Amino acid sequence: MATEAELELQRLGTEYKYGFRDPEQYVFKSRKGLDREVVEQISWMKNEPDWMRQFRLKALEYFLKRPLPTWGADLSELDFDEIHYYVKPTERQGRSWEEVPEYIKQTFERLGIPEAERKFLAGVGAQYESEVVYHSLREDLERQGVIFVDMDTAVREYPDLVKRYFGTIVPPNDNKFAALNSAVWSGGSFVYVPEGVRVEIPLQAYFRINAENMGQFERTLIIVEPGGYVHYVEGCTAPIYSTASLHSAVVEIIVKEGARCRYTTIQNWSKNVYNLVTKRAAAYRDATMEWVDGNLGSKVTMKYPAVWLMEPGARGEVLSVAFASDGQHQDAGGKMVHVAPYTSSQIISKSISKGTGRASYRGLVKVHRGAHHVRSNVVCDALLLDEQSRTDTYPYMEIEEEQVSIGHEATVSKVAEEQLFYLQSRGLSEAEAMSMIVNGFIEPITKELPLEYAVELNRLIQLEMEGSVG
Amino acid sequence: MTLEATPLFTIENLHAGIEGKEILRGLDLVIDRGEIHALMGPNGSGKSTLAYVIAGHPNYEVYEGRILYKGENILEMTPDERAKLGLFLAFQYPTAIPGVTMANFLRLAVNSVRKARYGEDKALSPREFRRLMREKLAMLRMDESFATRYLNEGFSGGEKKRAEILQMALLEPEFAILDETDSGLDIDALRTVADGVNALFNPNMAMLIITHYQRVLSYIKPHFVHVMLDGKIVASGGPELAEELEVKGYDWLKAEFAEAAS
Repeated sequence: MATEAELELQRLGTEYKYGFRDPEQYVFKSRKGLDREVVEQISWMKNEPDWMRQFRLKALEYFLKRPLPTWGADLSELDFDEIHYYVKPTERQGRSWEEVPEYIKQTFERLGIPEAERKFLAGVGAQYESEVVYHSLREDLERQGVIFVDMDTAVREYPDLVKRYFGTIVPPNDNKFAALNSAVWSGGSFVYVPEGVRVEIPLQAYFRINAENMGQFERTLIIVEPGGYVHYVEGCTAPIYSTASLHSAVVEIIVKEGARCRYTTIQNWSKNVYNLVTKRAAAYRDATMEWVDGNLGSKVTMKYPAVWLMEPGARGEVLSVAFASDGQHQDAGGKMVHVAPYTSSQIISKSISKGTGRASYRGLVKVHRGAHHVRSNVVCDALLLDEQSRTDTYPYMEIEEEQVSIGHEATVSKVAEEQLFYLQSRGLSEAEAMSMIVNGFIEPITKELPLEYAVELNRLIQLEMEGSVG
Repeated sequence: MTLEATPLFTIENLHAGIEGKEILRGLDLVIDRGEIHALMGPNGSGKSTLAYVIAGHPNYEVYEGRILYKGENILEMTPDERAKLGLFLAFQYPTAIPGVTMANFLRLAVNSVRKARYGEDKALSPREFRRLMREKLAMLRMDESFATRYLNEGFSGGEKKRAEILQMALLEPEFAILDETDSGLDIDALRTVADGVNALFNPNMAMLIITHYQRVLSYIKPHFVHVMLDGKIVASGGPELAEELEVKGYDWLKAEFAEAAS
């Protein structure tokens, strides 16, 4: 007889398109749980310099000392002792596509990566479990001096750059999960855009967890020198497992004078994943930082992309979409910290809740004393698909300056019967009508996405709707 | 030997309402291909209720009677199933759908109806659809920018009515109901809409034009005119009936009807 867990797995497997999984083939997998020895082992396996080893060990202390956050989503089912913190899938990193192991290629192919790459990707940094196994960078980018490598390579090959910026935007003791990531991080991307260089094609990386109970702790650092521009795109799908997985990433971005960075994420972790991510950018004089953040999957997401506006003229923007369906809690939003005068920010959040799903907007606008002539605008719209679904709004404002202009509007709406009837009377099924209304609701954000991501997001929402309308 | 053909559309003894309140009280109507029928009546007589019941609005309840389309009772069908059979309702108050462009919405609608009516392989490619849409926009003297606007959002009254006729033009219904399509239109807009409707009409289809005023009927010539009072059709005739109503108003009919009922 099948166990409860197996039945659950079968059920999920039929519902979740990307819920396949490969037999596990690992060169090394750390034992479950986390202590000094495991951290030392990770650092040793990676052949890291001593400063990084020290950095990890210090972070571990912070992690062990800090209590779990009690605000936000319920994390009580998270068991840190049941997680493998490091899994190394292949002996060394594949340089070319040919060198990438076959079973990993198969996974990528199912996700459509090689095709996408052939078309117009500048480079692919695909995170397969804890190690980036394949990475390519288009030659013209290399000629421009753009660096786009996985973080582990960056530690080895660009130690000065990494040492200068790593952990400066999100310090290891920032919060419990940033501390955890700092202790056990593996993979992630390192992007360096030299002064005045505009990277015209989005840089893309795909992420994927594949070992049961394996945390994924990628670490991304992006530096855009004055006048530079880059759009980094991160998309995630994950296979289904019966017990909880943890994903806890840290993303740090430095946008220097007159530069611009856009960071786009579509995450669709399978519905057993805890997705607890710290994303933060510092924007300097006349710089622009934009986070575009789509959260569909996971069991629990806590993610509030932040911009610290450090010098006059800096501008920050967060566009966030969260979709919470049965059993999910999406606690998402954004943070804008105005340190300098004449800075501006905007947060636009759209959330959709379905069934027992719960979407929360949690956002902070902080204006430091002396940061006059700040403009900030927050819009959060929630759409409820049925009677059961739930939405909450937690807008925090800490304004220490008077000469500022702060706007906030929030709306909660339900899908109107009249809208459904109107669309159905034109030949659309109820599910089609519902997904059209939902896609229209988030359109202000999808229109900012690269086309293939917009299409994928719309399709994922359609899949969600087909399951809900009977 | 010839068999008398089944009429395209038949309503038999229809009793229907909303939240237990009966609005239609035994309504009969037969409409055949090649016919334009006008349904007139004062406010509150149940005209729009009839339109909603035919289209399948979930809030309306049918207590008794049948609606036959090509001989098949459609009352158990969902609104989209009815649309896929070739029914169309031009709404009096079209709903706005923010973020959804006319073009995206209409391509999905047109193709789901085409596939159901003409076969799976009859869906239009994006290119074919764009060409068809441009053609119909031109016919209704609508700007091409309509295609990229959000469905009914921020549309003026006249734009909404034109957009409804545009949808009708693209969906090619066999039976179309126009619910007060003339209301809120100035005389130029009314003429444009009426020209469009006349151009779309053909001997294979039928139309039911619901209106309060006779005005539209001088642009779209009905073959039959019905007057509705209190949930029933109380008078039927040719186009001359509409003219009579224009002169005399509804009161004489109300009085006559009240007399007959007592």
